[in-house]
Amino acid sequence: MEMIQARELVYEYEKRDDEGNVIGMSRAIDGIDVDVQPGQFVAILGHNGSGKSTLAKHMNAILVPSGGTMWVNGRDTKDPRELMQIRQSAGMVFQNPDNQIIGTVVEEDVGFGPENLGVPTEEIWLRVEESLRSVGMLEYRTHSPNKLSGGQKQRVAIAGVLAMEPQCIVLDEPTAMLDPNGRKEVIRTVMELRRKKQVTVILITHYMEEVIDADQVYVMDGGRIVMKGTPREIFSQVEELKKYRLDVPQVTMLAEELRRRGVQIPRGILRKEELLEALCRFN
Amino acid sequence: MSIQLEHIHYTYSAGTAYEKHALKDVSLEIPQGQFAGVIGHTGSGKSTLIQHLNGLLKATSGKFYYNGEDVYAEKYNMKNLRSQVGLVFQYPEHQLFEVDVFTDVCFGPKNQGLSSAECEERAKEALELVGLPEKYYRQSPFELSGGQKRRAAIAGVLAMRPKVLVLDEPTAGLDPRGRDDILEQVAHLHRQTGMTVILVSHSMEDIARYVERIVVMNRGEKMLDGTPKEVFAHYRELEQVGLAAPQVTYIMHDLKERGWNIRTDATTVEEAAEEIIRGMKHSYD
Repeated sequence: MEMIQARELVYEYEKRDDEGNVIGMSRAIDGIDVDVQPGQFVAILGHNGSGKSTLAKHMNAILVPSGGTMWVNGRDTKDPRELMQIRQSAGMVFQNPDNQIIGTVVEEDVGFGPENLGVPTEEIWLRVEESLRSVGMLEYRTHSPNKLSGGQKQRVAIAGVLAMEPQCIVLDEPTAMLDPNGRKEVIRTVMELRRKKQVTVILITHYMEEVIDADQVYVMDGGRIVMKGTPREIFSQVEELKKYRLDVPQVTMLAEELRRRGVQIPRGILRKEELLEALCRFN
Repeated sequence: MSIQLEHIHYTYSAGTAYEKHALKDVSLEIPQGQFAGVIGHTGSGKSTLIQHLNGLLKATSGKFYYNGEDVYAEKYNMKNLRSQVGLVFQYPEHQLFEVDVFTDVCFGPKNQGLSSAECEERAKEALELVGLPEKYYRQSPFELSGGQKRRAAIAGVLAMRPKVLVLDEPTAGLDPRGRDDILEQVAHLHRQTGMTVILVSHSMEDIARYVERIVVMNRGEKMLDGTPKEVFAHYRELEQVGLAAPQVTYIMHDLKERGWNIRTDATTVEEAAEEIIRGMKHSYD
């Protein structure tokens, strides 16, 4: 069974004028099919306003479709009786670390999720410890969250989601507000979780370097999925990506620039090592 | 015409348990017309530093001269400094508030006491400088896209015709094209008006591409100061303080290590491509 599946997903919202009268409908998601297998790492790219976040919010039923269907772990998100189960199987991490931490002590914040799920106290403590260990934040368990760096706060947010033992984590631009170190920290943590716990990962990002290990990349534009493939397939199409206001990792850009100047290098180079190898064949 | 900081120290919450030395002995001169970049990881002191530049923070000790005048002298007119040094904060679009874009951009010059005709002229000029088309002037700023909102917010600062423009991570949260657009616009602005631009950024690739000088902050101190080539040559030291060089710089170093006879100081894709091709030809000779 698919972890996340959508068929002909549509999401419309009402546009209102200053007095609150409905003046028309706006379509943020326009007929999308999604299939994510358990354990997969799927990245979603797209410019600001392309519908990525709206799609992500369907994955744990913060939004329910206006048309079509979204299933999370086989459960239809339109069915209110499934809500708790859905939220438990798909956890979400948002962009701004300061908007999603509520506890005054790190471990209290991480325990909030499982407590809400009605997990017995002893089990909560076990989960808190285990989750903080997984994100490398155990030594901060008694610290105040507001003294942590951005990257550390995001790792606490991820631990908070992990404590609910989800099968899937949806991350909506988790690194957008972080410095290079914080970005690395968060991505490394997510990749490790995937490897050790086989958690399904859906990552929305504007940083092309973060998606080169994905199994599948979706590119969104105007509420539709306009490109879909492996990172290599997607990043081979530099011009196409530019059309959608995106770019490629700098290594890929350099390879492309060399090709443009007549150096015979294969398309779709994603990593530094690949480029070095291709170049060293010439010398 | 320049910004001159001499031995600036700044301490937060002095005398309390939270006392923190955010800046330690920072000396810096930025001549008029320079396009400078400031990098440093979170908590390195770069935001504290730039807040000194328009007098939002006053140094605990040290001297600050703007165009040769002592900013910390008792009779110095802070208002003058603030109208000459425009500061664009992170996520500046959060500060948009007026009913439409045009009125919002007029707010700054209005506060400077200019007539409405002058305000409108300034607003129009500023909106043109950031490349926001006229059809948006009468729209609510909240209906614009992320990139457009940010342009409107930058225009709000430009309308005060500052001599120095300080931008704190102007591209955070924007999509790649939005990032390029804003930076191109800033570079264009710099060429066209000759104003000093100080860009704070987490993206080494962006910094390398646009600025002529980089100041690296670490633990409240100025760690490095030089051209992008000079600064990124210290890529190992940068890594130790949570920063990095642009990806292409690493490729050049790796090629050199593998025996290529090339220079390693390329910091942009174009420079790297050129040098790699030169290196290839060289070895065929």
